[in-house]
Amino acid sequence: MLVGHQPKPFLLSVEGLTVSFDGFKAVNDLSFYVEENEIRVIIGPNGAGKTTVLDLICGKTKATSGLIEFRGKDLTKLKENQIVKAGVGRKFQTPSIYDDLTVFENLEISYPRGRTVFGALTFTRDAAVRDRVHEVAEMIFLKDRLDMSAALLSHGQKQWLEIGMLLIQDPDLLMLDEPVAGMSVSERAKTAELLNRIIKDRSVLVIEHDMKFVEDIAHKVTVLHQGQILSEGTMEKVKSDPKVIEVYLGH
Amino acid sequence: MNDSRFATRSELIGILVLAVLLVVILPLCLDVFRLNLVAKYLTYAFVALGLVICWGYGGILSLGQGVFFGLGGYCMAMFLKLEASSVENTKIQSTPGIPDFMDWNQITALPFFWKPFHSLTFTIAAVILVPGIFALIIGAAMFKRRVGGTYFAIITQAVAAILTILIVGQQGYTGGINGMTDLRTLKGWDIRPDHAKVVLYFFEVGLLFACIFIAQFVRHSKLGRILVAMRDQEDRVRFSGYSVANFKIFAFCIAAIFAAIGGAMFALNVGFMSPSFVGIVPSIEMVIYTAVGGRLSILGAVYGTILVNFAKTSLSESFPELWLFGLGGLFIAVVLAFPNGLAGIWGDYVQPRISKLIGTRKPKSDWTDNSVADGAPAE
Amino acid sequence: MFGDYSIGDLGSIFVMQGFAGLILFSVYVLMALGLAIIFGQMGVINMAHGEFMILGAYVTWMTSNFFQSYLPSLFSGYFFLAMVLAFLASGALGMLVEWMLIRHLYKRPLDTLLATWGLSLMLQQAYRSIFGAREVGVELPQWMLGSLHVTDAIEVPINGVFVMGLTVLITIGVAYIMFRSRWGRQVRAVVQNRIMAGAVGINTAKVDRYTFALGCGIAGVAGSAFTMIGSTGPTSGQLYIVDTFLVVVFGGAASLLGTIASAFSISQTQSTLEFFMSGSMAKVLTLLAVVGILMLRPQGLFALKVRK
Repeated sequence: MLVGHQPKPFLLSVEGLTVSFDGFKAVNDLSFYVEENEIRVIIGPNGAGKTTVLDLICGKTKATSGLIEFRGKDLTKLKENQIVKAGVGRKFQTPSIYDDLTVFENLEISYPRGRTVFGALTFTRDAAVRDRVHEVAEMIFLKDRLDMSAALLSHGQKQWLEIGMLLIQDPDLLMLDEPVAGMSVSERAKTAELLNRIIKDRSVLVIEHDMKFVEDIAHKVTVLHQGQILSEGTMEKVKSDPKVIEVYLGH
Repeated sequence: MNDSRFATRSELIGILVLAVLLVVILPLCLDVFRLNLVAKYLTYAFVALGLVICWGYGGILSLGQGVFFGLGGYCMAMFLKLEASSVENTKIQSTPGIPDFMDWNQITALPFFWKPFHSLTFTIAAVILVPGIFALIIGAAMFKRRVGGTYFAIITQAVAAILTILIVGQQGYTGGINGMTDLRTLKGWDIRPDHAKVVLYFFEVGLLFACIFIAQFVRHSKLGRILVAMRDQEDRVRFSGYSVANFKIFAFCIAAIFAAIGGAMFALNVGFMSPSFVGIVPSIEMVIYTAVGGRLSILGAVYGTILVNFAKTSLSESFPELWLFGLGGLFIAVVLAFPNGLAGIWGDYVQPRISKLIGTRKPKSDWTDNSVADGAPAE
Repeated sequence: MFGDYSIGDLGSIFVMQGFAGLILFSVYVLMALGLAIIFGQMGVINMAHGEFMILGAYVTWMTSNFFQSYLPSLFSGYFFLAMVLAFLASGALGMLVEWMLIRHLYKRPLDTLLATWGLSLMLQQAYRSIFGAREVGVELPQWMLGSLHVTDAIEVPINGVFVMGLTVLITIGVAYIMFRSRWGRQVRAVVQNRIMAGAVGINTAKVDRYTFALGCGIAGVAGSAFTMIGSTGPTSGQLYIVDTFLVVVFGGAASLLGTIASAFSISQTQSTLEFFMSGSMAKVLTLLAVVGILMLRPQGLFALKVRK
């Protein structure tokens, strides 16, 4: 799987990553590594820089300094759409879906074909596209709502739809920003089930506050505080770290 | 539902109705003078059509469409002017063989950028390419840097202002405030008599339908859906692997080229071109045609253009004082009460009743849903 | 183009043209201040801003006529009263417009643009119906007409200095209101989060209305200053609206300092170029430069990098 001249066994290496907004360092000299097929959860208090880290990886925010290497490519030098093409998918905190389109069309747009202007003009909705959309719609519990305008979905369903849009994209690294925030208990359980199914064959980077949920899915946890890593390791290890208890878990 | 690349059944009916109106009813009912007026209105319909794609679907409001209308128009007018300025026609000038306004401005030789416009092929290419490339440059400069929305609108407006001042100021090269007048023949064929006006009208209607079909194709392609998606959630589209800027540039260029075709037809049909169709005021008026017709409706743009212009002609003929009040009020009413314009009114109020009357089982759907998000999966 | 002038000549030309540009600068600053409040703070594109300015100009003209006919002895001071009246008239009209039109459109910025354009057409026609299509000129009191003799080559028009001083005062006032007063904080709170501001007890509707009225009122004062450099007609305002928007955008929409700096550079460039070429080419070059710079630096001259 790895590109030849890059000996590192990691899918994603973040080294010395720093970004400052008018002198305020939201992320400060951050380094961490994600392996193939690993599920990594980032936790930390509000303002710790969690979302900013995802923004930096997917190219939404440009790093002030540091390196983000993904499969041997330096992501800090790529444009957003090139990063997606390299295999990074990103779900936003608030559901970002297209209200004016149907559920089917929402999913179809993420289908990884015809992404250039000309490609989009000549794109045809063939059997492969339809089958894939149906397959994903079934996974995200929206099979019966394909023709519905996405604006009419509930909040939880919108979250699922966006996850579905990422699934169709089939990224190697999937980044999810608070995927269960604002969901009901039953929706939360369904989402955990959904996530557990989709994390096969890919690495996942999740930001989440719900500790129960984190414990269920995480292989490894990174705790961020003021833009820096406070602690890293298994959930057990992190939970017993006194520093973490003090700034985050303690209350 | 069907999966057509061009139009749904109801849209095809709409296009057919418009075709019957423009090809049969209007030519039969109107005298040549009035028909030529319609031809003039329809030149703006090209602009409105482009704005539907660019503004309605893409959410990019350009207040400088007059620039592209003007560039297309001036390219065509330059060719016609050169043909009208043959040595024989201009032998009373101090320098025969150049356009009259150059002679009046003490210019003694044809400027270099005028020379290629002796060729009709070059002219036709220029009508498309000059505005297209200009839009490409502006679009690339703006959209690659994520300038959009209100900023883009203001900058396009500034471009319209600049071009107008330039055309007016450089009268030796452009004809100045009067523009290029006294256009006579196209490859020796006189464009001024009545029968020529009728031929040109039908030619223009043909072009208009070609553009309508292109617009329909764009709208029903995935690109059309991406434009709508971008309008809602630009970041989501970007992080689904699309270069948002390129799609915006495409929409802007299409709109520019449509406008330019309209401008070229204006020069042919009306027989002159002047800076009064380039600047800020005409550019905004063109936006209002689209808004009145319905910014999301391709056919609405055509009807909106014809109706507003018809109202303008009749009102400003009989009550010149009222016209500006009327136009201003129309802007405000459309924006406040009918943001989807005539097409919205049609979809919300008229169509459901017709459906009820003739008993079709087609359920009344939300208009935007019906029109923008049309394209449910084929099953 | 500089070839025919000596260095000393050039220096004088720049200074003279610089002072000649002062009134233009003042009009730009005052227009742009109003717009910067309305566009930069409220996010509303007011295409009728030029018509609010012209209302101020007409009020000034009417005041001057009134004083000439009825109070000739006080004519030398009419301008001060005219400015206050211009502010009040444009502000009141602004309040009315906000109530009838703008408040329905806060979520649709591009639509405010269309609606206010419609408004501007109606206002132009109203001016034409009321004041006539002919442009009117305002007579200045004697003391404002002369010029200060600085050196042999340099003369400074008094009305320019006067308007300039006034502009500085108004700018300081606006800066105080927007950045130091409690009310300014409320305005910014409403701009940043309308729902939240409402929830913490700010009367957002009232804040909106007065902010809009303030912006329009300042445009009215700009109209008073405008009467010194041009004659007033129904469509005079339209000529300034694009320039003013460029001033605001060029300066970085939310920055008052940027607005002033950009008004200064744009008006001075234009005024200096006018000496060397025709007015229209000076304008074209100035606008081209602004648009070109904006394409390279779309956030304007002064803008912060913010965490989104």
